[in-house]
Amino acid sequence: MSDLVADLLAGKHSALARVITKIENRSPGYREIISDLHQHTGTADVIGVTGSPGAGKSTLVDKVAATYREQGLTVGVIAIDPSSPFSGGAVLGDRIRMASNAGDMDMFFRSMSARGSLGGLSTATTDAVTALDAFGKDKIIVETVGAGQNEVDIVRTADTVAVLVPPGSGDDVQMLKAGILEIGDVFVVNKADLDGADRTVQQLREMLQGQSGRPNSGHHGATELAGDSDDAATDDADAVDDETETWDPPIVETVANRGEGVEDFLNTLADHGEYLDRTGRREGQARERFAAEIRTLLREDANELLVDELDRRGGIEQYVDAVIERHTDPYTVVDEVLAPLRECLDEPRDGS
Amino acid sequence: MSVEQEQTERTIRCLVAKVGLDGHDRGAHVIARALRDAGFEVIYSGLHRAPDEVVQAAVQEDVDVVGISILSGAHNTLVPKILDGLKEYDAFDDRLILVGGIVPDDDQEELRGQGVDEIFGPGASMEEMIDYIHENAPER
Repeated sequence: MSDLVADLLAGKHSALARVITKIENRSPGYREIISDLHQHTGTADVIGVTGSPGAGKSTLVDKVAATYREQGLTVGVIAIDPSSPFSGGAVLGDRIRMASNAGDMDMFFRSMSARGSLGGLSTATTDAVTALDAFGKDKIIVETVGAGQNEVDIVRTADTVAVLVPPGSGDDVQMLKAGILEIGDVFVVNKADLDGADRTVQQLREMLQGQSGRPNSGHHGATELAGDSDDAATDDADAVDDETETWDPPIVETVANRGEGVEDFLNTLADHGEYLDRTGRREGQARERFAAEIRTLLREDANELLVDELDRRGGIEQYVDAVIERHTDPYTVVDEVLAPLRECLDEPRDGS
Repeated sequence: MSVEQEQTERTIRCLVAKVGLDGHDRGAHVIARALRDAGFEVIYSGLHRAPDEVVQAAVQEDVDVVGISILSGAHNTLVPKILDGLKEYDAFDDRLILVGGIVPDDDQEELRGQGVDEIFGPGASMEEMIDYIHENAPER
């Protein structure tokens, strides 16, 4: 075990920060670090927060983190911002909203840039969550702008996904195409004091009800939790049959900058957590996540091996030339390059 | 992932921090943008940060460069507090500490003695600063 891993496990903040840097940079040795950390994970609750730019994600996350800290829990936040496709640089401004946790070292906030990456961001995020989990954080929040496949993959690292929808964010078709309805376990209409909030809540509810294709859609409609009402309990408490119990994503209204509705939001997150435990879905999700992670790593590593192999054979260009000349075709090329690998895998092995 | 990807050039991360009761952030914004355009990742602190918030950000974000912008004249009070905090969290040695703003010559000597690497006053160009960071960013 490296010193860095030992320092991280001992609770040294700069070691945690450095490990995340190594993860981001994919520095030499980062894989061993993650391997060492893995056995120390599995205790944190991971919450994903996504939504369009300006929806109030950072502000809500700040308030949520502050509330957890008041309860004596430690919190880690990973905030992902886009990077410039031109210079590769980025201004990561989510820290500005972290006013409620200023100077509190047990609230670990880390900005990550998307670095125009090749789908590697979800791997980096998963690994950063591993680091925070191993460090001993009780709650880990992953915050990202929600648009597109990459972001959907990122929030999949979370046990519970909250989708923020600001009022007036377009008609119901906008919600359909964004794909946000499928990933949300909880929907938050933030800035609920603005005009149009009621309408957004209503549209959202209709959309959620209309979703027959939702994998775990239920028999009762989405439950709205009014911003400051006390009867904010979900209606699944009466669900008896664990086999068929489903989760209907509730809609919570918040005014994050004033802290309104944050309590309800936290209760809803807790409800979802209980639901995951009660139905065994938490374990199921973890299994799916690890399976996906293994597949991704296999794909990336195998891809690397093949890139090296192509280089050894003189580069891809000569194959392209041959394909253009119609001497061969892409399928034949692939068969040819992969032939030794196939043979190798087909060889009888010990014990088989 | 693999050896190949591991060896790509790493991205330099900079903190641009406004500390104390100093509401002049246009310069900090311009600098944040210039650093971004130079390909750095810039973490902007926002206005009116206390020294321990700057330390928190510098440690957690694991930045290579801590840029402190002060135009209020309180550098002799605030900068040492930040330096002490960085040392406390073992985040001082491998970080470039830059101060930007109005710092009289006498104070400059003192700040350098305390561990500030470079001070950029009025008239300093963006290129100068970016080149300095490229040349002096700590090896990690």
